[in-house]
Amino acid sequence: MNDSAAQDAKQAHTAEDKIIVRDLLFYYGNGSPALKNINLSLKKNQVTAFIGPSGCGKSTLLRVLNRMYDLYPNQRAEGEVLLDGENILSPNQDLNLLRSRIGMVFQKPTPFPMTIYDNIAFGIQLYENLSKSELDERVEKALRGAALWNEVKDKLNASGLSLSGGQQQRLCIARTVAIKPEVILFDEPCSALDPISTAKVEELIDELSETYTIAIVTHSMQQAARVSDSTAFMYLGELIEFDETSKMFTSPSQQRTQDYITGRFG
Amino acid sequence: MIEHTVSAFDRELELLGRKISEMGGIAEKMLSESIEALINFKIEDAKAIIATDSRLDTLQREIEEEAVHIIARRQPLGADLREIIGAMRISGDLERVGDLAKNIAKRTLKLVNDQRLPRAMIGLRHMGQLAAMQLKEVLDAYGQGDVNRADNVWHRDAEIDALEDSVFRELLTFMMEDPRNISSCTNLLFCSKNVERVGDHATNIAETVHYIVTGEKLPVERPKLAQ
Repeated sequence: MNDSAAQDAKQAHTAEDKIIVRDLLFYYGNGSPALKNINLSLKKNQVTAFIGPSGCGKSTLLRVLNRMYDLYPNQRAEGEVLLDGENILSPNQDLNLLRSRIGMVFQKPTPFPMTIYDNIAFGIQLYENLSKSELDERVEKALRGAALWNEVKDKLNASGLSLSGGQQQRLCIARTVAIKPEVILFDEPCSALDPISTAKVEELIDELSETYTIAIVTHSMQQAARVSDSTAFMYLGELIEFDETSKMFTSPSQQRTQDYITGRFG
Repeated sequence: MIEHTVSAFDRELELLGRKISEMGGIAEKMLSESIEALINFKIEDAKAIIATDSRLDTLQREIEEEAVHIIARRQPLGADLREIIGAMRISGDLERVGDLAKNIAKRTLKLVNDQRLPRAMIGLRHMGQLAAMQLKEVLDAYGQGDVNRADNVWHRDAEIDALEDSVFRELLTFMMEDPRNISSCTNLLFCSKNVERVGDHATNIAETVHYIVTGEKLPVERPKLAQ
């Protein structure tokens, strides 16, 4: 990344920034870092897309944002990730609390092998003690929020696995939304979905951005162009360019970005 | 620029560029020849120019169709997107240049029966040469992706405007001198307006080339000569 962009990203915490990443390095083991000195910020109630070829570090960066990597020994991050000004990389960070604030939706839908209702209720009950009627209300709200309610309201006791791929993905989004996070991370949420389900998820992302701050990793440049406000292009663990989406896809300033988005890469 | 991974995409873009070049060549030729036909009252040349215009129209349609197909099939981004949008715009401008040259040729056919005032034509010829030069420059700038050359064309358009102003005054004087001049001078006024518009289209193309190459837009206000 050029100096001025790095400078901008390093600027003091403003009201609009939800997450600020500063001088972030990430190691999968003892080798060279998988993320090299990343500086950027995710704006509140905006959708930020991460694009780049396989192995560029975009999913790794997402996994750092809710400390998913903590599940694996030998993986470590250096630098700072500030969530509302607080460094979540700090060893004192309560990881359960962090993951309730920063939810994640994965590439393949991962419903629990339980009823549709319980898929949603399970997460809520980990964090809150609610009456049956309150819980019903929360489940309905989450399913409505994920634009799934009308399709499943008559079969809440059916298995989550009985749903179609697109519905399963929206169920996972409902599950994420149910625990009222502040940030939602999407790791290629539509790569296993057909175009209609993809459109529904994209519509949902658009609606969700009114309430949540969203980061999405995608291999589809068109998807990044459609859903995001800002786009980050990463390559070999570096942030090459980070700008408004409309600028990135019409006149990016870096040659490598240009080559990648126009299909001239390597 | 390095090639696309999908080489068919490169071939499609090349074809688009070639068609723009062909349109540019035809439009340039039509403009220069229409001015010469007008000045020298050449009926046959004027008729030939009128007949050429349909080729430009056909090319413009082809370019538009191909651009739409590329957008639908390849979903171009970045420089590719600008290139394609630019081709559509430039083909529109060149098609209009052809119409304006054709209109000058049509007026030539009328003026032949009323051959007055060759003196007033001198300013008009100068305007025509200037516009033809601007057009040639901007098409070269497009062909070479040369933003400086495009910008120079953009800055020079005010010269044609100033010339049009002086041609206008000249023709007005002739009309006041002798009312029998009014009919032919009116036709010449339209011709000078046409040439001035060609200059505007050259300026449009300069703006498009600037956008294609840099992704930036030139200011809305065009430069004017100091009063």
